[in-house]
Amino acid sequence: MEEKREAECVTKNRQNWKQKLKAYKRTPFSFVLMLTVLLSAAFTVFVVAYLVLYILGSGLPYLSLDLFAWKYTSDNGSMLPAIINTILLTVIALLLAIPMGVGAAIYLVEYAKKGNRLVNIIRITAETLSGIPSIVYGLFGMLFFVYALNWGRSMIAGIFTVAIMVLPLIMRTSEEALLSVPDSFREGSFGLGAGKLRTIFVIVLPSAMPGILSGIILAIGRIVGETAALMYTSGTVSEVAKGLFSSGRTLALHMYSLSREGLHVNQAYATAVVLLLVVLIINGISGVIAGKLTKK
Amino acid sequence: MKEKIMEKLFLATACMSILAVALICFFLFANGLPAIAKIGPLEFLFGFDWAPLNDKFGIVPMIVGSIYVTIGAILIGVPIGVLTAIFLVWFCPKNVYKAVKPVIDLMAGVPSVVYGFFGMMVLIPMVRNMFTGNGYSVLTASLLLGIMILPTIIGPSEASIRAVPESYYQGSLALGASHERSVFFAVLPAAKSGVMAAVVLGIGRAIGETMAVVMVAGNQARIPDSIFKGTATLTTGIVLEMAEAVDLHREALIALGVVLFVMILLINFVFAWMKNRGNS
Repeated sequence: MEEKREAECVTKNRQNWKQKLKAYKRTPFSFVLMLTVLLSAAFTVFVVAYLVLYILGSGLPYLSLDLFAWKYTSDNGSMLPAIINTILLTVIALLLAIPMGVGAAIYLVEYAKKGNRLVNIIRITAETLSGIPSIVYGLFGMLFFVYALNWGRSMIAGIFTVAIMVLPLIMRTSEEALLSVPDSFREGSFGLGAGKLRTIFVIVLPSAMPGILSGIILAIGRIVGETAALMYTSGTVSEVAKGLFSSGRTLALHMYSLSREGLHVNQAYATAVVLLLVVLIINGISGVIAGKLTKK
Repeated sequence: MKEKIMEKLFLATACMSILAVALICFFLFANGLPAIAKIGPLEFLFGFDWAPLNDKFGIVPMIVGSIYVTIGAILIGVPIGVLTAIFLVWFCPKNVYKAVKPVIDLMAGVPSVVYGFFGMMVLIPMVRNMFTGNGYSVLTASLLLGIMILPTIIGPSEASIRAVPESYYQGSLALGASHERSVFFAVLPAAKSGVMAAVVLGIGRAIGETMAVVMVAGNQARIPDSIFKGTATLTTGIVLEMAEAVDLHREALIALGVVLFVMILLINFVFAWMKNRGNS
């Protein structure tokens, strides 16, 4: 009897699993709750693991040199042109979106006064932008860049569309990064006689760089995986774009076309592998950067 | 001097998002509203027939399709997502957290085509074999969307559950409640507004998702009479028919985009309102 009391008196966080199980005997409802929690978490992890392993498992055997032939034909289903288009589109879209997004974040954090009307409007519109689904961006890009500006279905139309799409993402992450730079940095710089601009570019921006970078990496992931916004803006031509004003499809669109046609399922699997690897690498890099951030 | 110029330049970049929203609103409404007027607002919004060849443009089937698929996704995604968030905060040893968290981040990064392809290759045969029909159905789309919105639900839910002061949990424990009861009946209600905001975000994501749904939903523009039948949604209608649409049909599709846009704006508005309420 004395022994049993002692066992129950062990504080909750010191119980071993046997004692815990014994405690559940008296509270079956808690046990059920615990089980549902564990099952849900297991389901989530299982789905991701299954998806990744399934795609890698079915796609890797089909990854052949043919798939990286210079020219796309309906025989080889080569993805090299699509990869080149993707890189081109991503790089130029980022060149547009990064200065805009980081500049906006600098304004919001370093210049804007609190409670400014304009700042509120900027925040609301940025939040609105981040909630708009990609198909609506696609429609807008088609109406504005393709028809109203008469650029036709072209890389440049796609570039501008996705640049607008990732703008709120870059803005938000940069803003958070700038906010996390301690004010003492700025005060120190001012105290040494530096002007505001110099302080921003020499002191604040370098300290905020990891945060800004992780936002940019997320934006790369978003652009590489984008389909709905590009279908009617950059178009679906399966060759390397001849210039910014001609059409070319990105890897994600290429994969969509392959899987819709139903003739190139194997190539679609292989393309999925490449897309997934890009995403895995991007996540890995942003994870490393985030890890560095928290270490500081 | 240079300082002043640069400040104006930063201000200009900050105003880009205002410009973008203004342009998007202008071009969508300017192109979509005339079509709605031409078709007739009542016929457009409450018409049950979508038959572009016969000049019938009633969008009820698509709206119903979108709503069905979204409800299905919420029914699947919200419980699993919220429970996973609870797991991450209150049931997860530190080293397990380090392994599980990146997996969920990865989930948010997987492109929708890859999800769609996975749905086509894995979920469709599964639904076909386990139930009836050819697999392209409301159920499959709901399942896939339910999976896709998990990271959207888990992220904000986890943050809001973590933000609940630990004293709530300790107080409940001190009153004799078990660990699970404390988490579910003391901590979770306190995180309610954050979790609800996550759900609203998930709804927005599910309604706006396009490519993954196109690949598994079957895309017939009629109101499905069972969850094993195919359906079209607002987004799939736009993306599939835009390729060959001309004249009024094309304008009607843009009008469809306007309807989707307005729905998303409403959802965003609700989300912002809930977030503000949670903060105050």
